[in-house]
Amino acid sequence: MNNKKNHNNQARIVNNVWTAIFYAIAILVIALLVFIAEKIITMGWGFWDTDFLFGAPSNTMAGGGIGPQLFNSFYLLVISLIVSFPLGLGAGIYLSQYAKKGRFLNFVRLCIETMASLPSIVVGLFGLLVFVTLADWGYTLVGGALVLTILNLPNLTRICEMAISSVSASVKEASLGLGATKWQTITKVLIPTAIQEIITGVILTAGRIFGEAAALIYTAGLTTPTLNAAAPLDSPVNPFNIFRPAETLAVHIWKLNSEGIVPDAREIATKSAAILIIMVFVFNIAARLIAKLLDKRFKGSVGAKPKKVKSKLIS
Amino acid sequence: MKGQKKSINYFVNEYIGKTIVTICGLLIVVATISIIAFICGKGLQSFLHGNISPWEMLTSTDWSPNDPKDKSYGALIFIVGSTLVSIGATLISTPIALGIAIFNNYISPKFGSTFVKPVLELFLGIPSVVYGFLGVTILVPFLRNQLGGVGFSLLAGIIVLSVMILPTIASISDDAVKGVPFEFLEGSYGLGSTRWQAIHRIIIPAAKNGILTAIVLGLARAFGEALAVQMVIGNTVKLPDSLYSPTSTLTGILTMDMSNTLNGTAWNDALWSLAMILLIISFLFILIIRMIGKRGMQNEQ
Repeated sequence: MNNKKNHNNQARIVNNVWTAIFYAIAILVIALLVFIAEKIITMGWGFWDTDFLFGAPSNTMAGGGIGPQLFNSFYLLVISLIVSFPLGLGAGIYLSQYAKKGRFLNFVRLCIETMASLPSIVVGLFGLLVFVTLADWGYTLVGGALVLTILNLPNLTRICEMAISSVSASVKEASLGLGATKWQTITKVLIPTAIQEIITGVILTAGRIFGEAAALIYTAGLTTPTLNAAAPLDSPVNPFNIFRPAETLAVHIWKLNSEGIVPDAREIATKSAAILIIMVFVFNIAARLIAKLLDKRFKGSVGAKPKKVKSKLIS
Repeated sequence: MKGQKKSINYFVNEYIGKTIVTICGLLIVVATISIIAFICGKGLQSFLHGNISPWEMLTSTDWSPNDPKDKSYGALIFIVGSTLVSIGATLISTPIALGIAIFNNYISPKFGSTFVKPVLELFLGIPSVVYGFLGVTILVPFLRNQLGGVGFSLLAGIIVLSVMILPTIASISDDAVKGVPFEFLEGSYGLGSTRWQAIHRIIIPAAKNGILTAIVLGLARAFGEALAVQMVIGNTVKLPDSLYSPTSTLTGILTMDMSNTLNGTAWNDALWSLAMILLIISFLFILIIRMIGKRGMQNEQ
């Protein structure tokens, strides 16, 4: 009897120790993020200086800015979303509504999984081969945008598919029962119902491709011409010309670290890193805020509470 | 007849809509196949036209493409470097990620969903260059002060990568642990077990397949990561003597050397072969994950 009691006590102590360990792990992970964010932001303190944010970079002297790189990052993101979002939505609709179970669907899923797991450097090399060499565009913004599309497409497809198939079946049946066709049901019922999840997911993936660098080194290039908005659109110095080289902020950090010759390379890199981190926070917070706003708007009209978006890599 | 005209429009609509979305689906297949075809087509060149044997490339440690007298293209150093760094990172990351998954589901779901999960999402969002840059500015000087030497090392690469793959492993094992039926936990409690006993004897074994998938995915992500590792690992072309010696990875050599070489030269072709090896390995990881998934389904039946 006594022996059993001891055993129980021991089990309880072990249990408590492990509970403490789990708490320690959770706190450690949170502390690590706080440490990283704090370190980056204090090291890059002063990143909001407008001369730095919008100024032209200097190749040899200290005091250059990151204006073109920042612009390129946003412009590249917008173009790649314009290409990838319709494709991802279409593929998501296809997978959730039209695809029939069987060998072919299995193969499509294998392709999506393969695409999602491709190392970004391999996708970048594919871009180098096809867009830079074969199409003979050289290093271009559009090449970079297409490479980002390849990186982003599997995630977007999965987000759209999950969002559309999580719409409750009764909503879909009601629409079909009222005499709507399948396509009408998809465009007028399913997509509006799923839109909250889709938008949240798109913003989160946008945050991720904003910081992509490995795939862009060999596609969008390591340089930016001195931009001049007054130049004609087909001139390589017009900022909106998509057939010009475009170094993004993330690529800029890598370049400064590996071959930076400006005396303040380290300072520019830390400030740029601070901006990238802040953009990640902004994208995350924006996704959450928009999810909340849309949730409120759609709750009344749909009735069912939309499921929360899951941001996992492979489902 | 107004109604009839409309129904014809609907038919056209229906047909066009279905065709467009089907094309979108097919495009993914086409893109994936063309990536594999292009990279492999280019990667096979050095074996077909050059006089490098695939066996020599996979087993030789002599990488001297620039040597005017005796050029050789052994890639073993890079393969070993990539393997060691990703296995090391997974070894560090997995227990922590598993702890997070358990914490979020069984210890404190409320604290987990308000703090731990958002934090993991932010970790996932931090760009890899920023991780690499932090490695260079904080971790490498720290290692240099503590252990001496240059600081750029396999160890630095492992530490940076282990932070990077943590959210991947954590979120997927979180789902796996969540999928364990609640009756299992209840049954275990009913037999008088403590929470820890239920977790390590019932929950973790029941979620085994999902956790394994998470680990393999983490490994795959670590293997394919380029810039963060390249920035801290030192990039010396030699096998590591210890955990604290610099080495190179497949992704690192691709990042650095591809722009230094001319298209069509043997050196350039050899680099494309390395890219092909990287592609094949990442595809193997996907096949392993599929096998785990299949086994899981068989077990359920």
